[in-house]
Amino acid sequence: MAEVHLPTTEFEEADAAHGNQHGVTDEPNADAEPMVSLLSVEGELTRDETYSPYLDALSAEELLSFYSDMATVRRFDQEATALQRQGELAMWVPMTGQEGAQIGSGRASKPADYIFPTYREHGVALTRGLDLSLLLRQFRGVSNAGWDPRETNFHMYTLVLAAQTLHAVGYAMGMARDVAAGLAEAAATIAYFGDGASSEGDVHESMVFAASYQAPVVFFCQNNRWAISVPFEVQSKVPLVRRAGGYGFPGIRVDGNDVLAVYAVTQWALEHARSGKGPVLIEADTYRLGAHTTADDPTKYRDRAQEDAWRLKDPLLRLEKYLRSLGLADDEFFAKVSAVGDELAAHVRAAVVTMSAKDIGASFANVYATAHPLIAEESAWQRAYEASFADAEGVAE
Amino acid sequence: MSELKSFKLPDVGEGLTEAEVVSWHVKVGDVVAVNDVICEIETAKSLVELPSPFAGRVEALLVPEGEVTPVGTEIIRIATGSADSVGSVEEPDSASEPEVNPAPLVGSGPKADAVKRRARKFPLAGVTTEAPVPASANGDVSSSSARPLAKPPVRKAAKDLGIDLAEVMATGVRGEVTKKDLLSHQEQRSSGASVQQAASGRSASSGQASPGQRIERIPVKGVRKATATAVAHSAFTAPHVSIFLDVDATRTMEFVARLKASRDFAGIRVSPLLIVARAVIWAAQRNPGVNASWTDDEILVKHFVNLGIAAATPRGLMVPNIKDAQNLSLKELAVAIGELTATAREGKTQPAQMSEGTLTITNIGALGLDTGTPILNRGEVAILAFGTIKQKPWVVDGAVVPRWITTLGGSFDHRVVDGDLSARFLTDVAAILEEPALLLD
Repeated sequence: MAEVHLPTTEFEEADAAHGNQHGVTDEPNADAEPMVSLLSVEGELTRDETYSPYLDALSAEELLSFYSDMATVRRFDQEATALQRQGELAMWVPMTGQEGAQIGSGRASKPADYIFPTYREHGVALTRGLDLSLLLRQFRGVSNAGWDPRETNFHMYTLVLAAQTLHAVGYAMGMARDVAAGLAEAAATIAYFGDGASSEGDVHESMVFAASYQAPVVFFCQNNRWAISVPFEVQSKVPLVRRAGGYGFPGIRVDGNDVLAVYAVTQWALEHARSGKGPVLIEADTYRLGAHTTADDPTKYRDRAQEDAWRLKDPLLRLEKYLRSLGLADDEFFAKVSAVGDELAAHVRAAVVTMSAKDIGASFANVYATAHPLIAEESAWQRAYEASFADAEGVAE
Repeated sequence: MSELKSFKLPDVGEGLTEAEVVSWHVKVGDVVAVNDVICEIETAKSLVELPSPFAGRVEALLVPEGEVTPVGTEIIRIATGSADSVGSVEEPDSASEPEVNPAPLVGSGPKADAVKRRARKFPLAGVTTEAPVPASANGDVSSSSARPLAKPPVRKAAKDLGIDLAEVMATGVRGEVTKKDLLSHQEQRSSGASVQQAASGRSASSGQASPGQRIERIPVKGVRKATATAVAHSAFTAPHVSIFLDVDATRTMEFVARLKASRDFAGIRVSPLLIVARAVIWAAQRNPGVNASWTDDEILVKHFVNLGIAAATPRGLMVPNIKDAQNLSLKELAVAIGELTATAREGKTQPAQMSEGTLTITNIGALGLDTGTPILNRGEVAILAFGTIKQKPWVVDGAVVPRWITTLGGSFDHRVVDGDLSARFLTDVAAILEEPALLLD
């Protein structure tokens, strides 16, 4: 059934008039870049020949769970920010404002797909069934990762900007070989990155390789407009989605605050990738409502008016309007969602305050399989160094 | 059964060592829930609201507002547990303390001056690279956020030299203190001219004097500080020469009256300052040497006039300038002066509007003064003081008649402008005021 929805002809014909339909751009378009948007700010759903069928297949329960996922991860984000302010986390990377892009794309993925997140994909982590408190281990500094990626196919957070795009392409190339050898079912990777990372060389290299090998990878760029304090306009004179044309694969720009459009577009892209047609770039147009991390202060580099304008495009509000208009959700539903969020927040808080770091000895123990004189020497030095703080206050923890 | 929990000031950034409690949002006795905002702190990076990690009743606030506090210091104690039992906490000191501000620091008993204590001027070596901004005791957010901009190597150099960056006149493109600024500041300091002393000569009128207080202490900050630094720098680096000239401005007054009445200038503010501005531009083009800068190696003569007008504003003295004023018609100039002064009066002058001036007029007549010896705007070599215009007895063709008389005063940087050039410039300005029709020349 899914095959029916693949608009393959659009890329084969590749004429500009066709190509720009549905926001699929393989030809540069001067002014307003087309964007797939299905659910308006007012909560009204429009129909799209290519993408609406993906939504038709959704049950009422699934629609409701899109909302509860977004609300839950927002509540989680608030709690983690508070925990950082309370000194329980070294830092935190807020994602509020990007729930639509993250939940929509995460929900489109299948268990066999493999996700390569940045360090902000808390919403995607939720859709992959990860216990969100595990995300905080890294931010508390008690672990290099915090979870076993193999359990959920949700890779560990990558703090080196854009490095995960290369990992995702390499992994996807491996997946394609497994499929060719009859060892695995068709699956794809999703490489998450931001507008800031798009300026890194790694993204270019990964896209070149992905195109050369027709690797089953979906490049999912959340363009949240701000690379810390640098606005997107400074980084690129054209919409990012147009870069796909330069590498020779389809690019789709989607309203990142429209969870339904993101879901449909990502479904399309994953099917495209899994079916051996190669990579797809999705540019999700969204906005980071909070700080880049808890260590910066957005009021110093951007206008409040811009934030306020984006608050009107809130991904949760428009889905709430839609669900209410269909009569699928009432106040009771939203109160329940809120309670679930509070419950998760309490769980996360309780988990975090008891997390403690492993002994440093574990780090040394895992370098070589057997004892090694250099490791013994460095380990001894570390012990001596730590001992020198013995009389200082607050080090005991 | 309740339990007393304390919350230590966290590092809310990455590697911050201290923060200032700008304001408390709770007081002793308040009941707070987890994540209720308890206070706002300012770090070197940002203003941040701290949420309470505990639910319970506030038993003690341990740090006064305005105090720069090391990370890890206990700042609040909260009695957790059931609401009716939180009162029975066996902490005599904190429980009996009713108000926030006079609250004693833990274990040290009452300190009369705890609230007024200022942040230390220079950071201890190895503790931090920023000099904390002294904040007013009432937690004025806007003033405390004015941290000078500078790149890390400059901060390091300032720290090594023991210089507070806030005292250095910044000339960087984004208003940052450059290495050059720092070095010139250092040079000036070592030459014995104390910027601090010069700057504190006259205090601003803001600040409160309590009765019986013979000496009022007003923190030097913001525009006051920038002005002080700028004039001290100018006064101690540019050798000033001042000259004066009485001028019969009767025809200027008549010209202004005609312009005001003309339909073409309807709705546009016209004043003698407009004619003076036009005269200064005209005279500067005839004597380009006064529209210049001194750089030690070179004299930069500017063939454009960014005309500065010194303005008293709610924020203090500002010298915004009109860019490329030589290209403006009389009417355009009138409009530009009107906008510039209106913007300045509203306190909305932007830094860019004050940078790159080439020549300045200070309209001291508006203050009821006849003349004065103005200090050069930094980077410029001439400034004109325009005094009051009054009717005075004047000798015309052997008869004493009442005429509109004003005094032009000017200060010049003698490194660039010698006596004859300054005289020619001033007499050219005077010539226009005596006969504005010369502008048609």
